[in-house]
Amino acid sequence: MIQVTNLTKWYGLRKAIDGLNFHAKKGEIVGFLGPNGAGKTTTMRILTAYMPPSEGRAIVAGYDVVEESLEVRRRVGYLPETVPLYSDMTVLDYLDFMAAMRHLPNADQCVDEAIQRVNLEDRVESYIGNLSKGMRQRVGLAQAVLHKPEVLILDEPTIGLDPAQVVEIRAFIRELGADHTVLLSTHILSEAQQICNRVLIINKGHIVAEDRPENLQARLAGAERITVELAGDTDGAETTIAGVKGVLTVEPMGNGIFEIEITPGKEIRPAIVRALTRAGQDVVEVHSQGVDLEQIFLELTRSDDKSKGKRASRRQKE
Amino acid sequence: MRNIGIIAWKEFRQYFGSPIAYFLAIVIFLFLGIVFALDLVQTMSNTYSAQVLEGTVVLGPLLTLLLFATPAITMRLLAEENGAGTLELLLTAPVRDAELVIGKWCGAALFASVVLALTWIYPIFLQSITKPNGIDQGPLVSSYIVLFLLVGALLAVGVGISSLFSNATAAFFASLVVSLGLWVSGLATSTLSYMGSMGGASLWGTVLQYMDFTSHFYNTAYAGRLDLTDIVYYVSIIALSLFFATRVIESKRWR
Repeated sequence: MIQVTNLTKWYGLRKAIDGLNFHAKKGEIVGFLGPNGAGKTTTMRILTAYMPPSEGRAIVAGYDVVEESLEVRRRVGYLPETVPLYSDMTVLDYLDFMAAMRHLPNADQCVDEAIQRVNLEDRVESYIGNLSKGMRQRVGLAQAVLHKPEVLILDEPTIGLDPAQVVEIRAFIRELGADHTVLLSTHILSEAQQICNRVLIINKGHIVAEDRPENLQARLAGAERITVELAGDTDGAETTIAGVKGVLTVEPMGNGIFEIEITPGKEIRPAIVRALTRAGQDVVEVHSQGVDLEQIFLELTRSDDKSKGKRASRRQKE
Repeated sequence: MRNIGIIAWKEFRQYFGSPIAYFLAIVIFLFLGIVFALDLVQTMSNTYSAQVLEGTVVLGPLLTLLLFATPAITMRLLAEENGAGTLELLLTAPVRDAELVIGKWCGAALFASVVLALTWIYPIFLQSITKPNGIDQGPLVSSYIVLFLLVGALLAVGVGISSLFSNATAAFFASLVVSLGLWVSGLATSTLSYMGSMGGASLWGTVLQYMDFTSHFYNTAYAGRLDLTDIVYYVSIIALSLFFATRVIESKRWR
């Protein structure tokens, strides 16, 4: 559905994206993850035929974004980061206008369906200017799914929403994945983890990692963490924990809390608790933090010195 | 073609949803009404003069009012889309850039045509009171034909300027300056032709004379003569301005 080869975009002398290669299959939800200014919006604007790339090619829904841009635009639904709405139009007028622009044969039906899909039935006559941020986001989404596009491109679809709305929009996007190819950008890691089948991590115009969220986690070996909280006197606890097989590092955090890094894939929490109890310590709480994309993300996008530091501490332990 | 119609209709409808349109219409008709009434009273009380009120009596003041009204009509057309980010929506919709620009202009022209058409009440009223001969309809018809083109040209200039800005107020003032420039080039023409009659340069005089915005209306159509030169002049301004606006919109894709 989306096939990108060697995509490059220059803004004057600055390279916004540099030789991107990726693809998205039909029915896949691909997350575009990266810090601000990484090139996410630029890439999306190229894929929606808003602007042409400086080099490289992008094929969306079977058409080239430069040569057959009108065909691409017919088949793509796009929600830009700043939701493009006319505040002096009603929701219904706005969607009718968009349906007309897309020459939909059964415009009324499409508009009704889109309104139902985003639960806006009771606000259709409201002026868009009077709607809340979350409602506007839904109007923007309704506009994007209006023509049942083959490809949906959503730029930061949950930004600026309250937690309840975020949950709602995420559920909606997951639902969209059933019959659309969705490419969404975000800088919220847990969001990509929750919604996407595949995550592309982009930094400074390069793709630094591309995989399923769970594989990305597995790839970052040796980063599973456990937190243990002890009560009372904790003297010697650090040595006790370090003595357990499978523990890589122990870091006292103060107030009887210890952060433990362990070899991933092994359940050694009971062993740690046993060792501590035997040593006369009172264990109050043990929980696993797992690895989340956050760590992978920081690892991949931060400059080298941080990972060097981490490696050094591990070496120290050995 | 269909896209042009859709965009034009949306813009046209939007005028009636905004206070600016009503405000403009009120100002224009209030002013024209006063001018018309004063002219009428003056002509009727002046029993010694053989002067008859022409059907084109309100067109002079109307033209001056339109000079200020057209920038107000066009200011938000593209500038607001730039500012609100909705241009991204239109540029990723299956619409050509030229269709977008022409559609915007057509919407504005449609609205201006409604205002112009409403000014027919004055000649119609005159016709009904000047019996049995009625008014001279020749200048009236030719004036209105060229007036539509003239307003279309002003609106096209406004659309072109509006494409450059992301703020409607800035677009208004810039369009006003450009329209005024076209307007006062007539003054330069008369100065130059005066110099020409005294043996000065005539090439610039000829160029400026052709460029002059109002003389293409006053010298011919207003006097009852339809001249192809005038029609070509206004149509080329429309075409050039809309072409310019299209290129500006296209260039936004590259930035």
